[in-house]
Amino acid sequence: MTTGKLSPKERMQIPRQPMPCQDPHERVLNFAEVALGLTPELARREAERCLECKDPKCVAGCPVGIDIPRFLVEIREGRFDEAIRIVKETNTLPAICGRVCPQEDQCEQVCIVGKKKDPVAIGRLERFVADWERDHGTVELPVCEEPTGFKVAIVGSGPSGLACAAELARNGHSVTIFEALHKPGGVLVYGIPEFRLPKEIVRWEIENLEKMGVEIRCNFVVGKTATVEELMGEEWGFDAVFIGTGAGLPYFMGIPGENLIGVYSANEYLTRVNLMKGYRFPEFDTPVKVGKRIAVVGSGNVAMDCLRTALRLGAEEVICLYRRTRAESPARLEELEHAEEEGIDFRWLTSPVEILGDDEGRVRAVRVIKMELGEPDESGRRRPKPIEGSEYTIDIDEIVMAIGQGPNPLVLQTTPGLELNRWGNIVVDEVTMMTSIPGVFAGGDIVTGAATVILAMGAGKKAAAGIHDYLLGKGGLGGEPRREVAAPPAG
Amino acid sequence: MATILKKETIAPAFKRYVVEVPEVARKHQAGQFVMILLHEHGERIPLTIADSDPEAGTITLIVQEIGKTTMEMGLLPEGTEIAVTGPLGTPTHIERWGTAVCVGGGAGIAPLLPIAKALKEAGNHVVSILGGRTKELVILRDEMEARSDEMIYTTDDGSFGRKGFVTHALADLIEERGKPDIVFGIGPAIMMKAVADLTRPHGTPTVASLNSIMIDGTGMCGCCRVTVGGETKFVCVDGPEFDAHQVDFDLLMKRLRTYVAQEEEAKRRFLEAHRCRATENAEVTA
Repeated sequence: MTTGKLSPKERMQIPRQPMPCQDPHERVLNFAEVALGLTPELARREAERCLECKDPKCVAGCPVGIDIPRFLVEIREGRFDEAIRIVKETNTLPAICGRVCPQEDQCEQVCIVGKKKDPVAIGRLERFVADWERDHGTVELPVCEEPTGFKVAIVGSGPSGLACAAELARNGHSVTIFEALHKPGGVLVYGIPEFRLPKEIVRWEIENLEKMGVEIRCNFVVGKTATVEELMGEEWGFDAVFIGTGAGLPYFMGIPGENLIGVYSANEYLTRVNLMKGYRFPEFDTPVKVGKRIAVVGSGNVAMDCLRTALRLGAEEVICLYRRTRAESPARLEELEHAEEEGIDFRWLTSPVEILGDDEGRVRAVRVIKMELGEPDESGRRRPKPIEGSEYTIDIDEIVMAIGQGPNPLVLQTTPGLELNRWGNIVVDEVTMMTSIPGVFAGGDIVTGAATVILAMGAGKKAAAGIHDYLLGKGGLGGEPRREVAAPPAG
Repeated sequence: MATILKKETIAPAFKRYVVEVPEVARKHQAGQFVMILLHEHGERIPLTIADSDPEAGTITLIVQEIGKTTMEMGLLPEGTEIAVTGPLGTPTHIERWGTAVCVGGGAGIAPLLPIAKALKEAGNHVVSILGGRTKELVILRDEMEARSDEMIYTTDDGSFGRKGFVTHALADLIEERGKPDIVFGIGPAIMMKAVADLTRPHGTPTVASLNSIMIDGTGMCGCCRVTVGGETKFVCVDGPEFDAHQVDFDLLMKRLRTYVAQEEEAKRRFLEAHRCRATENAEVTA
């Protein structure tokens, strides 16, 4: 079937290959991955749809600039090992990105095939080759440069930190990641549910990083266990620090009743379930409340994760409350569709005004008001306005606030001289990603506000380049590193 | 990972652990806590640091065996490695106030240890009022005596010190000598509430250390939130110490009961599995 001789016209006739998925009725009863992955046949067929454009827009649309047409050709020809090698030239975590990247807003959005037909399923193909490599045990670690003797500390083991660490390790720097929680991965582990990103995959990607010589220190809270200043001081001796602490501060609405029992932040809800495995209580010790009627406020990707988690925990009815409409919903279309298939009750143009509790302080209902869309606001989306007199009450026993996260202030407050913007995010040089403190770099949600895994990874990579240049300058460009060269990393 | 170097029973269902975790020991200040996790299937719980030895690289934890995790911890042999993260929370604000009263009930006496020490070092006259149900549950008496200028003891059953609650002793103290310059009240939420109610009319600055449920302990989940002066605060990062007069203790007590059913179930299962080893503890804490 793969001749490689198809004309563009013929290629355009191939329909986008469907992603095999667990049946919606079945999958709401388990936490296993929903999208099962393409078969080799489906993958090769899908890759055949690529037109191999002379000026591939998809590459420019990828925040880490993967050479997409090149790896698609290899898939088409069945040379999966070559395909994954190409992906990994620029992306260190393809099994993760292939699953959670919003491709429809990036590479696939600008795909030329997509102008007339459905775009090439680049994300699914990326996932396919990453999974193929893992399943076939032929994993090749990137080659690391000779040790430079420079030490870099990475604060936070989420997507930006992992990407930054991988790049620096490749360049021969000695890298230590400091993670506050007991497991590395950041939002990949505590936030994104198992059914969307199996934790086994995160663990595997991180193990590869460790094999490249990256050291990971869990249970270490930078800002508390040691400050950034101390890390760069004599004792710890780091030459540069990268801050990738993410958007780890949950927002609440500020409405009455938000501290009742059964009101969760999305962070808490997802952390209990994903990181602490609360869905397997009492086999695991951390409990999570299992409600019968659950409301989730918000309609972003995190809200979708909460809604679908609630279903899997055994809720009978799960309601999404969002003050705008489906069209403005910030969630990925695929996530929205999955949630709809699974039977989420979406109440668009609906906003909570008060949470009501019983005598014991447990949630019993939420009072909501209907909204209508008015003039566009600064985000360009039409601003929702409450419709007077439209309030009504929905009986619920649990509610999750998934209305966004802000920058966690722990590192920021303990790092004097670090310039922040008015939202409390770190200000960086756009080219080098260096903060107002020389040698201290930052990237990911802590700089941009809550965004996506791939944007954070792109920022981590960019910062790694900035750090590399900074370190070479520090050692005297092309000159001797100031430290003795350490033994090359094992593995 | 941190290593449990030493474990000893200091009272029925109370154990003292010396844990080797040099980076935490070095940075610890009064009022701070650690999050611990016993194993992969465990839950993360906050424990106040009762003492630290930066030179030896150790911290001391005083743990009341009250639920599954604390009971399980009690069965771990010395040498076991556990995850310990910290020191977390905002340190106690210490000044030379004059007369400082430390009111401690039950397990709340442990967090008072470093506070009393810091208060005394800052030149305060420290009066400690410690209470418990019965004599043997008034823990850490020698340690607190070493850090206090005066001691008052109370027991519910009158087996030691005066019969009654710590609040009775505090009320009498205020009546006899006038109001102190500051009060630190740490213990069960109901006790801290009573202390706050007692000192409020006198306008005596009063600090409580709250014991909310936490997961990460770094401000990420918001599970530990409480209402203080009408505002939502996170105990893990904004606290654990707050102006006791501003704390909504009723809300705190309700939120502490969030998982009471699951906690009972976990404890029941644990005791069934470990009946022979844990029953003596369970009898006391039940």
